[in-house]
Amino acid sequence: MNLLLPAPLLIPLLCATLSLLGRRAVGVQRFLAVAGCSLNLVVSACLLYAVDKDGIQVMQSGSWPAPFGISLVVDRLSAIMLVLSGLMGAAVAVFSLAAMDRHRPKFGFYFFYHTLLMGVNGSFLTGDLFNLYVWFEVMLMSSFALMSLGSERAQLEGGIKYVALNVLSTAFFLAALGVLYGMTGTLNMAHLATIVRSAGNQGMLTTVSLLFMVAFGIKSAAFPLFFWLPASYHTPPSPVSAIFAGLLTKVGVYALIRLFTLVFVTDAAFTHVILLAGAGLTMLTGVLGAAAQTEMRRILSFHIVSQVGYMIMGLGLLTPLALAGSVFYIVHHVIVKTNLFLVAGVIAFRTGTNELMALGGFVRTMPWLALFFLIPAMSLAGLPPLSGFFAKLMLIVASFREYSWVIAITALAVGFLTLYSMTKIWNEVFWKPMPPASSEAMAKVPWTVRDRVCLFSPIMALALCTVLIGICAEPLFGLSERAAGQLLNPDEYIRAVLEEAVRP
Amino acid sequence: MTEVYLSLVIGVLYAAGLYLMMCRNIAKFIIGLGLIGHGANLLIFTAAGLSTQRAPIVPEGVTIPVVPIVDPLPQALILTAIVIGFGLTAFVLALFLSAHEVEGTDDLEKMRSTDQ
Repeated sequence: MNLLLPAPLLIPLLCATLSLLGRRAVGVQRFLAVAGCSLNLVVSACLLYAVDKDGIQVMQSGSWPAPFGISLVVDRLSAIMLVLSGLMGAAVAVFSLAAMDRHRPKFGFYFFYHTLLMGVNGSFLTGDLFNLYVWFEVMLMSSFALMSLGSERAQLEGGIKYVALNVLSTAFFLAALGVLYGMTGTLNMAHLATIVRSAGNQGMLTTVSLLFMVAFGIKSAAFPLFFWLPASYHTPPSPVSAIFAGLLTKVGVYALIRLFTLVFVTDAAFTHVILLAGAGLTMLTGVLGAAAQTEMRRILSFHIVSQVGYMIMGLGLLTPLALAGSVFYIVHHVIVKTNLFLVAGVIAFRTGTNELMALGGFVRTMPWLALFFLIPAMSLAGLPPLSGFFAKLMLIVASFREYSWVIAITALAVGFLTLYSMTKIWNEVFWKPMPPASSEAMAKVPWTVRDRVCLFSPIMALALCTVLIGICAEPLFGLSERAAGQLLNPDEYIRAVLEEAVRP
Repeated sequence: MTEVYLSLVIGVLYAAGLYLMMCRNIAKFIIGLGLIGHGANLLIFTAAGLSTQRAPIVPEGVTIPVVPIVDPLPQALILTAIVIGFGLTAFVLALFLSAHEVEGTDDLEKMRSTDQ
């Protein structure tokens, strides 16, 4: 089973290398993207099955025993995240077959796509803090390249904002890492967890944890560090912004959850209250920012910010149900948000724009697209019986149980305001009559059967996931609860990583 | 005593770096980025503990060091961070150069078309 562990890294690495070799053969690259990402999804699903059945899987790379070498660790949360990254990778790869122009692949679009997925998977897999930093950099470098590939004016401007803030976040991460190493003398997360519990200087430890909070807060676009996201996510081509929207901020959230359940739990009364307050403000600012926007992808970008608030809210409450709610929310959100960006991509493909003013009438011209917009949009707003309803329900019930009225009411109100944004998109893009300019644009762009298949199949698959999670929430609910249980009892994680070292 | 000097240097590097990053000028921004990177590397170096002990070389035939040695890991970390920082700076330079060509300005305040 251990042999499967590095596969989510090796498959993208292999595909990336081959894509680089076949730089001019766009067809080969496209085949590799779909085949490699699908294989990745299958492997990740096998890993999730194994982890859920047999417990945490560990691999010590290079056979160096645990605190000295780099450990690859998969617990339930990592496995869930890997499956999500595999699913999004495959869906967006299929989508990109039609939505991506023919020039960008020649300049390495698919190469960076694979390295991006490798960086994301690496962040989920690693059990070593410095290695996490390296995977962050792999992911960031690829995302920088994807963001600016094509060098359109908006892309470059958005790219600068994106790059500036993210580079700053990794500098904070590195500094925090250095101080933490100076205090504890280790970088292995399981080893850190054991040392931190008996460390003398708890005040200093809390300070370092705040530095980590800032670093990952920038990465996950939490309040007040989110400005780079809505300024940049609407600028690259639609497949790129779809994969960014689905995965990148969630890596930051994952790192927050990992560190603030495993390592920095000794001063939870202080740190987790900050997280909770940040979560509430993140939700609120994101959703209010969205209300002022008039471009489809910009509205959706602001909603990423507001949804990140919900995920951090569960972490801030730190009860089993709340944490399970966070995990459930991540699963729901990644699927739904990528799907909404894909729908926006189809609209941009047909009309060449995502401005609400220029669009309209899609309910008549493309009724199926309207349906597949409605499913994730209503799920995002939290209407039953879709996935978002159960995700929000878990978090809000958890906060009422903790008597955290303020955050519960904020979460409910933000849900309402989300519905407002979604109905705004619905009215403007789908319901109102289409302006003549865009119907002319639509008539000019070819709309072949191949385009339809490539663009619609991922949207249909993801919408199906949303509906299935909503109709039978029980299996995913159980899985999230078990994942949260594992996070709240770090002993299992620590034992799995460190005891492996004792064995010859 | 060296720790105190180095801490001051780190502080100055961070302050100068952050100041330059807020200067609205692309070139200053990149220099600021570099300074913060150096500050972080020096911080790892200092925080991990300075010592006058031996180089971490284990003599042949033994498996553990016979005399106290310095911790080699911080230097390995810094080396990795320097390499990554180098790549990052190269990319940021290229990005800013092409942005400068397209926009015709090096003032970050004027690059606001994606914010509206």
